[in-house]
Amino acid sequence: MIISIASGKGGTGKTTVAAGLAASVDPPVTVLDCDVEEPNLHLFLHPAVTHSEKVIAPVPEIDPDRCTLCRKCMEICRFNAIAVAGKTVVTFAELCHSCGGCSIICPEKAITKKERVLGLVETGTCSVPGLAFGQGLLDIGQVMVPPVVRRVKTHGAGPGGLTLIDAPPGTSCPVIAAMKDTDFVVLVTEPTPFGLNDLKLAVETVRLLGIPHGLIINRAGMGDDAVYDYAREKNLRVLMEIPFDRKIATAYSKGDLIISARPHYKEKFKQLYNDICRLADDNTGAK
Amino acid sequence: MKLAVSSTGPDLSSDVDPRFGRASYILVVDTDTLAVEVIDNAANKDAFKGAGIQAAAAVCDKGADILLTGFCGPNAFKTLDAAGVKVANDVSGTVQSAVERFKAGEFTFSSTPNTEGHW
Repeated sequence: MIISIASGKGGTGKTTVAAGLAASVDPPVTVLDCDVEEPNLHLFLHPAVTHSEKVIAPVPEIDPDRCTLCRKCMEICRFNAIAVAGKTVVTFAELCHSCGGCSIICPEKAITKKERVLGLVETGTCSVPGLAFGQGLLDIGQVMVPPVVRRVKTHGAGPGGLTLIDAPPGTSCPVIAAMKDTDFVVLVTEPTPFGLNDLKLAVETVRLLGIPHGLIINRAGMGDDAVYDYAREKNLRVLMEIPFDRKIATAYSKGDLIISARPHYKEKFKQLYNDICRLADDNTGAK
Repeated sequence: MKLAVSSTGPDLSSDVDPRFGRASYILVVDTDTLAVEVIDNAANKDAFKGAGIQAAAAVCDKGADILLTGFCGPNAFKTLDAAGVKVANDVSGTVQSAVERFKAGEFTFSSTPNTEGHW
């Protein structure tokens, strides 16, 4: 079972939910921080990193002795990462999406793959028994997020266990890469005009992907009722409400888990997981 | 000598287009005969990415020795530099006057791009 936790809006409580759920359900569980531009789940879980690996994407390198300036590589590249300039071929690694088309189409076999480091994936263990941890870190200056997210996702718990994916905010490629091929998407919002605005975008995205999903309303009690009206109108199931509670806010402000401030949330998170399993199974999350 | 000039229109009376990669046209002018070869840059104007690279490659293809334009970014500059095309930036006025001022030796060549890349 793979559950991704997404939101649209940033700062709604994705990481709070991911950490709380990860620390509450029965092992084996792996929780993966796929917000690789700014991973922060480690602040809740304090993992000990035991393994790290570089995420490498190939970029083309041209052998000028073999190249006949035929331009086939330039024509196939939809990102304009290769250009024939006079008698030389110029490449732009930062525009390359590592599709490999240029090296396949080159009739002279003049293109070899050079390694470019996009980022790092770290895995390890947490103080919570049976909880494995992983996170991605995009290198400074790199913009190719999805390959790093996909690599983080290869470190899931496997078929027998539960994998939780803490997705980045937004609705663009990094989020799609995080949610794709997961069994269920938990959308976390807050009951404010800002939460609702971005929730709508996130719901449209998840429904396009056809993944069963449900809603968690965090800081319930603040703001207004418009999120509830929207959920009703769109048949969006509210899985859980986390109240706008001073004790929870205080715990968060110190980097503590919800379940340390409000221990009964452990049972609530277990119940949440059971509900998600049922919904993912009969595929009624979207209905 | 052949001069490439980014241009808002297809003839010498047009103004220099300050943008290079997304210029409407690029005119390749023979400095002796003033014969003009027109590159219609419409496809690059709306390119998703890499407009400067494509425009630069087109300039190299035409065998231009010099580019006169307003702004030239890092990727276009790198492409032009690879083919040995020299760049004079901050050029304005009509294409014809730019060519005349070039012939009068008014421009200096740039050793670096004069604007940032675009994401």
